[in-house]
Amino acid sequence: MTEAETSRPDPVTPVLTKRWLSPNSWRLSTYEQLEGYTALRKALSGTPEQLVALVKESGLRGRGGAGFPAGVKWSFMPPNEDKPHYLVINADEGEPGTCKDIPLMMADPHSLIEGCIIAAYAMRSHHCFIYVRGEVPHCIRRLNAAVREAEAAGYLGTNILDSGFDLKITVHAGAGAYICGEETALLDSLEGRRGQPRLKPPFPAAAGLYAAPTTVNNVETIASVPFIVNGGSDWFRKMGSERSPGPKIFSISGHVERPGQYEAPLGTTLRELLELAGGMKDGIPLKFWTPGGSSTPLFTAEHLDVPLDFEGAAEAGSMLGTTAVMVFNETVSVPWAVMKWTEFYEHESCGKCTPCREGTYWLAGILQRMVDGRGTESDIETLLDICDNVLGRSFCALGDGAVSPITSGIKYFRDEFLALCDKNKAAPATPALAGAH
Amino acid sequence: MTEFNQPPNEPLTTGKSYGGSNIGAGETHVEAGPDVDVVAASAISAEETERLVTETTPDLSVFGPDVVAKAAEQMARYPESRSALLPMLHLVQSVEGYVSQAGIQFCAEQLGLSNAEVSAVATFYTMYKRKPCGEHLVSVCTNTLCAVLGGDAIYQRLQQHLGEGGQPLKHEDTSGTPGEPGSITLEHAECLAACDLGPVLQVNYEYYDNQTPESAVELVDALRRGEKPAPTRGAPLTSLRDVELQLAGFFPEDEATYRSHVDGPSAAVETLRGAQLAADRGWTAPTMPEKAPELPEVEKK
Ligand code: FES
Repeated sequence: MTEAETSRPDPVTPVLTKRWLSPNSWRLSTYEQLEGYTALRKALSGTPEQLVALVKESGLRGRGGAGFPAGVKWSFMPPNEDKPHYLVINADEGEPGTCKDIPLMMADPHSLIEGCIIAAYAMRSHHCFIYVRGEVPHCIRRLNAAVREAEAAGYLGTNILDSGFDLKITVHAGAGAYICGEETALLDSLEGRRGQPRLKPPFPAAAGLYAAPTTVNNVETIASVPFIVNGGSDWFRKMGSERSPGPKIFSISGHVERPGQYEAPLGTTLRELLELAGGMKDGIPLKFWTPGGSSTPLFTAEHLDVPLDFEGAAEAGSMLGTTAVMVFNETVSVPWAVMKWTEFYEHESCGKCTPCREGTYWLAGILQRMVDGRGTESDIETLLDICDNVLGRSFCALGDGAVSPITSGIKYFRDEFLALCDKNKAAPATPALAGAH
Repeated sequence: MTEFNQPPNEPLTTGKSYGGSNIGAGETHVEAGPDVDVVAASAISAEETERLVTETTPDLSVFGPDVVAKAAEQMARYPESRSALLPMLHLVQSVEGYVSQAGIQFCAEQLGLSNAEVSAVATFYTMYKRKPCGEHLVSVCTNTLCAVLGGDAIYQRLQQHLGEGGQPLKHEDTSGTPGEPGSITLEHAECLAACDLGPVLQVNYEYYDNQTPESAVELVDALRRGEKPAPTRGAPLTSLRDVELQLAGFFPEDEATYRSHVDGPSAAVETLRGAQLAADRGWTAPTMPEKAPELPEVEKK
C-alpha cells in the first residue's frame, strides 16, 4: 500500500472519462451499473459541514480556469438559510480551445447531476441551475433527459432518498456570449439581463443570483465530487501534485497526430501529452501552444517540460486555465494567430468598461494592419502600450485574457512581428502626421 | 497620443461603430425641429431611418394561446420570472425564425418589461437573429484553431458557393428565401468547443466534425435539395426553428422521437481517445479503497 502511494500514477488516469467508453453511457441504467449515485447515498448520510471539509481536504481546485479551491469557495456560503441558497453550474464552455465540459455532459451527464446534488446538499441549496451555452442543444437534451431520469428515480425532487433534502435542477440555455463564462456576468444573464460582469465585492456567496447566497462552479469541478466522496481525499491526492491534486481532462487540439480528450494527472507535461497524442502531425515541429485556452499566455518548444498544474504553468509565465492545449506547428504565423484571437476578444468584449471595449478594438485594428503588411515598428510598442492599459485595468478577466496572446506572442516572437514591418522600414520616412507632437 | 496616429496609407478609423462609440464617424445627429426632414438628415441609410422613425404596432397574432402557455411554463421554472427572458427569446425565435419587433413585444408583455429592456437583451446575444433566417443555420467556426486547420477556407468557400451573381454571401445573410425549405443562413462562429474535432461547423447547432471545403459544399447542397444529412454528433437534423424550441426547453412529446433525439451520437473517436488508449494499455487511475472512507470529522457548531 505504501508502495502504491509513492509510485507514480499511470500516464492516463480515466476517472471522469472512464464511463465514456460504455455504450449508452448517458443513461441512468448505465450510470447505476457503474457505481452511479452511490456517492450520493454516502454524502446524504453525512452533514453538509463534513462534505465541505472533505472537498477542502481533497484539494480540489476549480476546473473552469481560475483554480480557486472548491471547498474554500463552498465554505463561504452562510451557514443559515435566511435567504434561499443557489448553486449555479457554469457550463458556458467557450474559451477558445476548450472542449472538455461539452463532451463530459454529453457522455456522462449523471456524474454532473450527482455532483450537483451533493454540492447543493453541502451548501444548503434547494435550487440548482445548469447554465449551458446555447450552441450545444445535444448537451441540453442529454442533461434534460438525465434530470428527468433522476427525478423519476427519486434522486431529485422532494425528500431525496428519504433524507429530507429537496432539490430542483433547472437546465438553462444561454444565447451566445463568451462573457457569460465570467461568473457574475453569468448570473446577470441568468436573471434575464445582458451578460455583463458585476463589481465584486459583494461576492456571489454574499449576494449572487437574485442577491441571494450563490456558488458558481465549473462542470468538471462538480463532476469530480462524487469520485472524491467515494474514493476519499487520499485517493484523489494520489494523482497530481500537493497543491494541484487530482486528474484533469487535457483537451489536445491542433497539429498533433491524435487530437482528443486525455485525462491525466495534473502536472503532466506537454512532452508527455504529445507522446499520448502520437506526436506532432506529419512530424512538422512545434512552434507555439497554449496550456489552457487563448487567454493563457503562449508557450513555445522551450516549455515542453513545464509541469501542467496551477503552480507549474504560472511559474513558467502562463496559466493553467482550462487545460485546453492548442498545438501549432511551424507553418503558423504568430501575428496572424494573435490577430485572430484578438478579433475574438473584440467581438466578445461586453462593452461595459472602457479599457477592454476600446482596447480590444484598437488592438484588433492594429494587428489587422500589421498582418496586412502595413504595420510599422512603432506598432509593436503601441500594442504593448495598449495592453498595459487593458491588463489589470479592465472590469473583469476578459481584458486580461485578451492581452495574453499579444504580450506573450511579442515576447517570444518579436522578430515575426518586426518582419511584417520590413516593407515600411524600406519606405521613405513617413510624412509628419497631423496631430503628432 | 502620437502612437495612435494612423499611417498615411490606411485610416484605421473608418467610421466603424463599435461598442457604443462612433470612431471617426463624424456628426451623428442633427437637431430635429418639426420641419426637419429626419430621413434626409440621417447619418444612417434612409431605409433604416425610415424603420426607426415609423411608429409601428406589431401584429402579435402569430403568438397564439399555445405560445402564451409555453411562456407561462417557462416563467414557472424560475424563482423570478425575468430569468425566463433568454428561453423566451428562443421561444419566439422558434415561432418566427428570428426575433422580430413583435417577438420583443410579446416577451415584454409576458414579463411586464418594456420593449427597450427586452431589446437590450435580444441585441446582446449572438444567437438571437434580427433578420428572418433560413430553414437551416450553418455556423462555421473560424476561431484560430479551426481557422488554421481549414475553417477560414471552409467559410470562404461556402460564402462563394452560396452567394449569387459572383457576390459572396455575407455573414448572417441567407441563400434562398428565408423560411422556405432549403434556405440557408450562413455565419462565421467563435470557438464551438469542439477544437479536437476541428475544423467544425454546425447546422442548427448540431455538430459536423472534421470538415473540408468539399464536404461542407456537399453538405449545403444536400440541405438545399431538402435532404437532412445526419450530424456527426447530435440529434437527427431538423430545422433551426425546431432546435430553437428545444433551447426554449420544449422537447418532442412523442416518446420515440424524444429518445431518438437524446440518443443521437456523441462519442467521436477523438472524444474517447484518452479513455481508449488507457483501456488498450491497461492504464487506470489509482484504485479506490474497497470501502468508501468515512467522511471527515468536523466540530459540531
Ligand atoms: S476553435 Fe473551432 S471549435 Fe474551438
